[in-house]
Amino acid sequence: MLAEVGQFALILALLLSLVQSGAPLWGAHRGDGVLMAVGRQAALLQGGFVSLAFVCLAWAYVTCDFSVALVARHSHTTQPLAYRFAATWGSHEGSMLLWVLILAIYGAGVAFFGGTLRETLQARVLGVQGVLGAAFLGFLLFTSNPFLRLSPAPAEGTELNPLLQDPGLVMHPPLLYLGYVGFSVAFCFAVAALIEGRVDAAWARWVRPWVLAAWIPLTAGITLGSAWAYYELGWGGWWFWDPVENASLMPWLLGTALLHSALVLERRGALVSWTILLAILTFSLSLVGTFLVRSGILTSVHAFAVDPQRGVYILGILAATTGLSLALYSWRAPAIRSGALFQPLSREGGITLNNLFLTALTATVFLGTFSPVFIEMINGDKISVGPPYYAKTFSPLAVPLLFLVVFGPMLNWKRDEARKVFDRVRIPAIVAGLVLLVALPFGGLKGVATAGGLALSAWLILGSVWILGRRWWSGRAYLGRAIRTTPRSIVGLVTAHAGLGLLTLGITGVTAWDSDKVLNMKVGDSVAFAGRTLTLTDYDIVEGPNYQAKRAQFAVKGPMGAYDLRSEKRWYPSAQSQTTEAGIRVGPLGNLYVSVGEESEAGVIVRLWDHPLIVWIWIGGFVMSAGGAVSLSDRRVRVGAAVKTLPVGQPVAAE
Amino acid sequence: MKRLLFILPVVGFLILLGVFFVGLGRDPRALPSAFIGKPLPAFTTAPLRPGDQGLSNTDFQRGEPVLLNVFASWCGPCRVEHPVLMRLRQEGVAIHGLDWKEDAAAGAQWLAERGDPYIRAGNDQTGRTGIEFGVAGVPETFVIDKQGRVRYRHVGALTPDDWERKVGPLMEQLRKEP
Repeated sequence: MLAEVGQFALILALLLSLVQSGAPLWGAHRGDGVLMAVGRQAALLQGGFVSLAFVCLAWAYVTCDFSVALVARHSHTTQPLAYRFAATWGSHEGSMLLWVLILAIYGAGVAFFGGTLRETLQARVLGVQGVLGAAFLGFLLFTSNPFLRLSPAPAEGTELNPLLQDPGLVMHPPLLYLGYVGFSVAFCFAVAALIEGRVDAAWARWVRPWVLAAWIPLTAGITLGSAWAYYELGWGGWWFWDPVENASLMPWLLGTALLHSALVLERRGALVSWTILLAILTFSLSLVGTFLVRSGILTSVHAFAVDPQRGVYILGILAATTGLSLALYSWRAPAIRSGALFQPLSREGGITLNNLFLTALTATVFLGTFSPVFIEMINGDKISVGPPYYAKTFSPLAVPLLFLVVFGPMLNWKRDEARKVFDRVRIPAIVAGLVLLVALPFGGLKGVATAGGLALSAWLILGSVWILGRRWWSGRAYLGRAIRTTPRSIVGLVTAHAGLGLLTLGITGVTAWDSDKVLNMKVGDSVAFAGRTLTLTDYDIVEGPNYQAKRAQFAVKGPMGAYDLRSEKRWYPSAQSQTTEAGIRVGPLGNLYVSVGEESEAGVIVRLWDHPLIVWIWIGGFVMSAGGAVSLSDRRVRVGAAVKTLPVGQPVAAE
Repeated sequence: MKRLLFILPVVGFLILLGVFFVGLGRDPRALPSAFIGKPLPAFTTAPLRPGDQGLSNTDFQRGEPVLLNVFASWCGPCRVEHPVLMRLRQEGVAIHGLDWKEDAAAGAQWLAERGDPYIRAGNDQTGRTGIEFGVAGVPETFVIDKQGRVRYRHVGALTPDDWERKVGPLMEQLRKEP
């Protein structure tokens, strides 16, 4: 019964989205307030109905209603409740429903919070959002219906892929989708601006918080995905350049560029058509990400449904949305007034440079991901691009960008003087230089890169925090007031940039100093590794709720005290599949990572890794995301809040 | 002139769309047809396991059909596929392995740690050998018949489902061929 309710709710949502794509656009064109109001109502109702459909599917999963075909394919009565619920989005159909749900919620958000927007702009944004909603609801209903029944209903379902039964992965897809789909709002604003042929300050003030609202969960989602790969795939890597990882990295890189260029547009009215182009491309890359996973053009671990019919449909959506919006762009964008002029050495200039680097980085990842497809098309060769490609192309572009990050917020808007800028960064530069000098004598060529990485991290962290230091120092007579009046957007900026420094520190540490060891162990054996002593204290078979595991227990003694670690090899009989649960001791200085392998005559094979500083990679990612959140909570950025504008062009250093 | 700059994105996108569309028409799991039914090209590779012989095309004339599994320790899907290969080996399926684009030490360590499902295992450090018979990425699995001819190519991790539906029945059929 509930499945039919869900199905019906989806059909109603599709009809509403069709209304939403027609009425407000026409109303805005004719200046008809009633039609524009219809758009708002349709968006709110659509949000309600898609939520209802999602609740119905989630309920079917939680209660193990195997008469729903999808549930029978991805749920099992012995699967713990949390994973039965998470399985709702563990399949292709379910994840598309989640996608549509988030899209509908964002649409309802624009309708609900958009009261302060110009009425025609809001109506056009909602209209474009309605078109997207109709396209994806159609995709869901016609090619991937989640509510199909199965008759007769089986007594037991097939289990969700055990690799996906993990707390990290419960949150990973919703966060990523909040990010991907969140960029749709910026996209709709961009298309609405092109239809209107004008971009004003209100437009820019509105777009930036929505971009930020998408960027925060996307950053957290990518970080979480990386952490999951680290502990679940059982071999301690943290980034694999897998096509699907790249698909999330590309919108992130371009979205980061958009976040910065929207700032220039908001404050100075410059980079207008560039920002619009970025908004279109960022969302398009999110769509390409969706397309990539589901089309079968590239194969990957993450690919759940390889189905050419679905691929064609998504390609159609991509052609329609990106193609039409870019065509609209080539027609309308030249007519939009271009903004204020600025000197090359200025905050605007710095952000332009940032955008160039981020766009180039996106292009490298894009080429790496798709060049196998292109090359095969040109001369029929099948080639594969692996980590070596990215080491040669991505890193040489990323390092200078990281170096330049510190300068950006130190620059004044409009124009600046090189001497003064260097003066502002003198202290972080001296400290980073000292780090370089101290670290340099250790090691050969690899040591130079390591010392450079450490200095870069110090430069990024200190150079970002220094913004607050300078601000508070100049207001030291009233320090309490200086701290209280620091806008949250500045605290957010400092946090996010410092997070990038922590990330750099983690990458440097684990790249430079990681070590590993493989050996056979019997119960009672001890081994010395990376300054610690490990003893295998127990090796036994244990029963989990839906798996059997061989569990190895280790007692570890080291400089950081004594503790126990356990690693398991799990066998999931109903899914016929095996996973490795690594034993990890997480610490600020480094992780000890233990994973058990096969049994052999000489005992069991144990692999040990020492990963110095690796945890800072994920802390850095989450700190960046938190920085975004702090910035979003700033009153001046917040959606719909009244704005106290600063006089344009006022040189506010270090902000 | 400035207008052209604004038209550039849409032109670029149309080209990309064309590539995607053509790409969609092809099955990424399909073997270039030239190889089906033909013998493996002549090749020899360095040994993967220390003190072992490498892998060469003559290793495939065993009087039984063989799977050739191309893998690497840096590849995520290979991890997913590995337990399946271990099971097949225990069930008596003949499998040769080709460790692709990495040092033999890394591949050997992977086998030591996770178990070794291969009868013969070669190391293709530069990736040349794999490219000669059309490996696009790892993992890939080829089905080779008694005469040493390529009969089927599977791209991506070999799941229990793939084995039940396609590869297993094919091996069974090839076993009955003269």
